[in-house]
Amino acid sequence: MGRLTLTGIGKDYDGVEVSRDIDLTIEDGEFVVFVGPSGCGKSTLLRMIAGLEEISRGEMCLDGERLNETPPQERDIGMVFQSYALYPHMTVAENMAFGLKLAHADKTEIKQRVDTAARTLQLSPLLDRRPKALSGGQRQRVAIGRTLVKQPRVFLLDEPLSNLDASLRVEMRVQLAELHRRLGATMVYVTHDQVEAMTLADRIVLLSGGRIAQVGAPLTLYHFPESLEVAAFIGSPRINTLPVTVIDPGRRRTGVQLPNGEPLPVAVDGSHLTTGETATLGIRAEDFVAPDAADALLKGRLGVAERLGYETLAHIEVNGADGTITQRLDRLAHLEPRQATTLGLSGEQCHLFDAEGRACPRQVTLPGVAA
Amino acid sequence: MNRTVLRLLKRLGFYALIAVVLFYAIFPFYYAVVTSLKPSSELFRVDFWPSSFDLVNYARILGEKSFVRAILNSILVSFSVVFIALLLGLTASYALGRVRFRGRTSVLLIILGVSMFPQVAVLSGLFEVIRVLDLYNNPAGLVLSYTIFTLPFTVWVLTTFMRQLPQELEEAAIMDGATPWITITRVFLPLMWPAMATTGLLAFIAAWNEFLFALTFTLTDDQRTVPVAIALISGGSQHELPWGPIMAASVTVTVPLVVLVMIFQRRIVSGLTAGAVKG
Repeated sequence: MGRLTLTGIGKDYDGVEVSRDIDLTIEDGEFVVFVGPSGCGKSTLLRMIAGLEEISRGEMCLDGERLNETPPQERDIGMVFQSYALYPHMTVAENMAFGLKLAHADKTEIKQRVDTAARTLQLSPLLDRRPKALSGGQRQRVAIGRTLVKQPRVFLLDEPLSNLDASLRVEMRVQLAELHRRLGATMVYVTHDQVEAMTLADRIVLLSGGRIAQVGAPLTLYHFPESLEVAAFIGSPRINTLPVTVIDPGRRRTGVQLPNGEPLPVAVDGSHLTTGETATLGIRAEDFVAPDAADALLKGRLGVAERLGYETLAHIEVNGADGTITQRLDRLAHLEPRQATTLGLSGEQCHLFDAEGRACPRQVTLPGVAA
Repeated sequence: MNRTVLRLLKRLGFYALIAVVLFYAIFPFYYAVVTSLKPSSELFRVDFWPSSFDLVNYARILGEKSFVRAILNSILVSFSVVFIALLLGLTASYALGRVRFRGRTSVLLIILGVSMFPQVAVLSGLFEVIRVLDLYNNPAGLVLSYTIFTLPFTVWVLTTFMRQLPQELEEAAIMDGATPWITITRVFLPLMWPAMATTGLLAFIAAWNEFLFALTFTLTDDQRTVPVAIALISGGSQHELPWGPIMAASVTVTVPLVVLVMIFQRRIVSGLTAGAVKG
């Protein structure tokens, strides 16, 4: 079992609050990813769970047992460090066995566990090597193996892929997902990379300024962000935003006026808004529709087009808006430099955020995505 | 053409400089070796090349019981000092380099301050301490007083080194259930060998060569260390300084140092932490 409950967790450093009001339950076997911009307190939270940082406020329980005062090694929680932190003077096998040796585990038991972990992580041929003779990906696997042999109830991973190069990162990401599926263990993973968060997580915990901004399945955060902050962090390219004026607040539809004066009925519950209030319209790069099916149009000119091979990102300078609007196009879309472009907006596809950045609940249903 | 000449001149100058430095560093010792191999009859003829190979001086000093005894004393004292200084230095450096506590910087500065006192300044006070502890004319008294002077720099060097070790390594050890003592001995110690070898060697040399305390705190021949014993080697009459045996004794006690440096110079290579973190 490994059901982790955090209640009202907070952390102060020299009187400065770096983390607060963290309420979170991580179910047994769940893969939860803490994500957020740097300095959002995600690593601090992870280190508090590990026991490397003291918890200033609140209570942390593992399977119902309070752990606040329990030293790290007695928490039955394993941690994989960002820099791997392998013991350079020990072989791979010794690195993995160190914790068990200190716990005075039986010798044959140690050997068996190390062998099993090595097989799981394809490290068997490397057991006698030292860390410096290993590649980055191999070191990463040893770091995971070192945690694996202890068979902890909860695995903590602190940005484990950030030191790997891009292609290896994709590979390790798949391997981690595979490992989690096989072990069925509770895993808490910290990253600042929203792609890792989206692909690995059962649930994403998006942190910002030391508190939880939103918790939910990756697609929920993507399609139903509760705030502009979440919408902006999840998704690449970043969600497009336009300043708009509320003209017709409603439960099912909220009418807004675009910068170019065109009205757009957005499918959100904006009943708490007042007419004349400014708000922010959010629209993802792939959510533009054909002009003839659109509820409103934006006219502009093509700026830069990024050809990524599998898609094209067109950055369009829209009349009356600051900056550019990014539109996701077909990979072979025909584009002329500085060509005139019309973007079609559909009220069903847009997000609306009030002046404080809170999202107006979207009034659409998407198959398979919990709102 | 011109450039080739210039480069040749530069290279020539470089090697000339090396030759000067080498001569400056090695010649006194070389001359001591040459002198020690001469019989006393040829002692005052200036020879730059070994003219004879006469081991009579060596035979004389090694035949003297008190000198052999002094060597043994020196070995005992120096190794004890190194062991104690490294043990205390290592544990202190963990506290000063790894544990955050109020007044850490002040402690480090005080340690540094202590090492700045001239030996003579503490001599009389230390003498009283040694009398009270009943360590007069006892190698343990020398171990105590040498440790006082080697510890500050041992602590400083090891603390600096300890701070450079990655934080995550310690945290990984904590997650593995290591106590601070286990972390120091099983994780940090193997990585600190280069620093340990360097500081240990310097402590050894300091203890091996120390003269003032050794002279003050010992009384009898069988408690003396080598530097004092050499200084007290006397000739047949008070008008004769027995240079031959003195040189032979000096060479004899320098050789262990040279050997130690040779052994440990391989250890004094950093880069042992390679592979600990990142790629």
